[in-house]
Amino acid sequence: MQFIYEKLLGGKQGAVGFFILAALILIVLPLFLDMFRLNLVGKYLTYAFAAVSIVLLWGYGGTLSLGQGIFFGLGGYAMAMFLKLEASSPENTAIQSTPGIPDFMDWNQLTELPWFWLPFHSLTLTIILILVVPAAFAYLIGAAMFKRRVGGVYFAIITQVIAVILTVLIVGQQGFTGGINGITDLRTLNGWDITTDSAKLIFYFLNAFLLLGVIIVGRFILTSKVGSLLLAMKDKEDRVRFSGYDVANFKIFIFCIAAVIAAIGGAMFTLQVGFMSPSFVGIVPSIEMVIFAAIGGRMSLIGAVYGTLLINFSRTMFSESFPELWLFLMGGLFIGVVMFFPNGLAGIWQSYGHYITRYFAFADKFFPKEKTNLPQLNTKES
Amino acid sequence: MGEYTLNELGSIFAMQGFAGISLFSVLLLMALGLAIIFGQMGVINMAHGEFMAVGAYVTYFLSSMTETYLPGFMPYYFLFAIVAAFFVAAIIGYFAEYALIRHLYKRPLDTLLATWGLSLIMQQCFRSIFGAREVSPTLPEWLLGSYQPTENIHIPLNGMFVLALTFFVTAGVFYLLFKSRWGLRVRATTQNRQMSGAVGINTKKVDRYTFALGCGIAGIAGAAFTTIASTGPTTGSLYIVDTFMVVVFGGAASLFGTIASAFSIAQAQSILEFFISGSMAKVYTLLVLVLILMFKPEGLFASKVRR
Repeated sequence: MQFIYEKLLGGKQGAVGFFILAALILIVLPLFLDMFRLNLVGKYLTYAFAAVSIVLLWGYGGTLSLGQGIFFGLGGYAMAMFLKLEASSPENTAIQSTPGIPDFMDWNQLTELPWFWLPFHSLTLTIILILVVPAAFAYLIGAAMFKRRVGGVYFAIITQVIAVILTVLIVGQQGFTGGINGITDLRTLNGWDITTDSAKLIFYFLNAFLLLGVIIVGRFILTSKVGSLLLAMKDKEDRVRFSGYDVANFKIFIFCIAAVIAAIGGAMFTLQVGFMSPSFVGIVPSIEMVIFAAIGGRMSLIGAVYGTLLINFSRTMFSESFPELWLFLMGGLFIGVVMFFPNGLAGIWQSYGHYITRYFAFADKFFPKEKTNLPQLNTKES
Repeated sequence: MGEYTLNELGSIFAMQGFAGISLFSVLLLMALGLAIIFGQMGVINMAHGEFMAVGAYVTYFLSSMTETYLPGFMPYYFLFAIVAAFFVAAIIGYFAEYALIRHLYKRPLDTLLATWGLSLIMQQCFRSIFGAREVSPTLPEWLLGSYQPTENIHIPLNGMFVLALTFFVTAGVFYLLFKSRWGLRVRATTQNRQMSGAVGINTKKVDRYTFALGCGIAGIAGAAFTTIASTGPTTGSLYIVDTFMVVVFGGAASLFGTIASAFSIAQAQSILEFFISGSMAKVYTLLVLVLILMFKPEGLFASKVRR
């Protein structure tokens, strides 16, 4: 019991934050929103997976990846390929010149399913691939970069270039990937219609539970020895190296974990939204994911979820009423958060939250005077 | 490749090679500015593409002004546009450094996010002022047409002009950085900021002018860009990744490296483009670059600057 409390929930403050978030996304939002809005929230929560992965990787690991869209996309595309194969059974595609292959392949004069589509006939294999492919890919990139002590800015730029390569490849190889339109017309999962409201509700809750699970796993990693080492590496990498630790391995580990988390988000995205396209893979979505994490607080797993929800809600609101103002606001937010609130929403709450809660008798319990749980961002790093 | 004769193949290489040189010129002009900012100051300027777009829009603006009010001046406006593009971009860069970048020198990854925010704002400004449509200025007569050394080879004049412009700008940057007092101060600040401050160099001022110069060169790149393609609000963001690759591949802080890598990237891409589709040419070029960088992370020409 003590273990669960300290390690998984992160003590009293962490537990309260966690349960407030859980109550919000499991009870409050489903009660007050109609199905259309709830489905939107579900979509935003899939981005939150990527934002949480960025908190682990950037806030604690100290390496900024501008390519989380790669892994989000890999997960999403793997799921979409399975659903597409099911949607294009020989009976459904009888009018094509080659029945049994996805429609976009038929339009591009392919007569046979490419080899890398074959495993996606089976759901079990698909789920395994959703977890394994991003991890393996992240391991390859991470091992090549971190073992040679490439980090910081260079890592950010190279992951960004890989995101560009993947996008151009997906758009260019229309016959194999569906091109710029992506993989669309996904209807059933093992014969179960995923476009109905009840299916969407089930996916929403599955998604919410998975997200909460990911946050608990993240907490567990951060409160374990690996977490302390990651923080130590972030501040003084050489000292950790001189103490006998292989710094690269820890970075590769957290990069792989982050990749898997983002991929789960991608797969859930495909299930809830019903399509996957290259516009969720490239530079712009990848940087937006970083912004979700930065606005929420780069040192706070829960803050990342709030940041994602806040940005996406305001984007939807603004692009409905003042589309031309949105980019100004978004740009201003980027600059403002980076310059004035480097710890994001979580940091603001930590600095000013006690002004709000001090009127309540229990305020002292949540804001212990001596020190806080959240490691402060070291803004003087060089 | 079987269907081409040897003579035709030679012409293809010459023409694609020259198309590559136009791309090389724009990439190099962009990368020079970025190499100064990133290599000398360690700032990642994601808005660099937008500074190029500023230059392109200034050229477009001057072209339409001249066309309406001073039609007789049309043959000469372009030269003024280049100068104006430099100064407008440099002044915007100067203020961006003052308001934004100087607060973030100690946090390089944060400059990346802040300048991305700046680029969003600039893109929306372009969209509000000039519209979402792509625009291109009316080029003076002497930039149109092509030079034909043999029957099969057409070399466009605008490409040659841009190449000459690139040559002058590169020479100018080299002079500024390696022969002038100002360049001496910039290099001293890069190598050891504290010592430079101690011997009386105003390092903050040096930073500001360095950033402004880099942005100004991006503005020139934008003016040159208008002779090759049309400009839209998001044009800058299309080139920013390629430009970063040029700088990283060449080895930050090495201007020779920047030139060499801009040349090889542009040539590889444009010669490949003739034989396979444009998107695959880009994929292969970038993939090879990433692979090379994984084995040689410091780039072609390693910087000798102590970090």
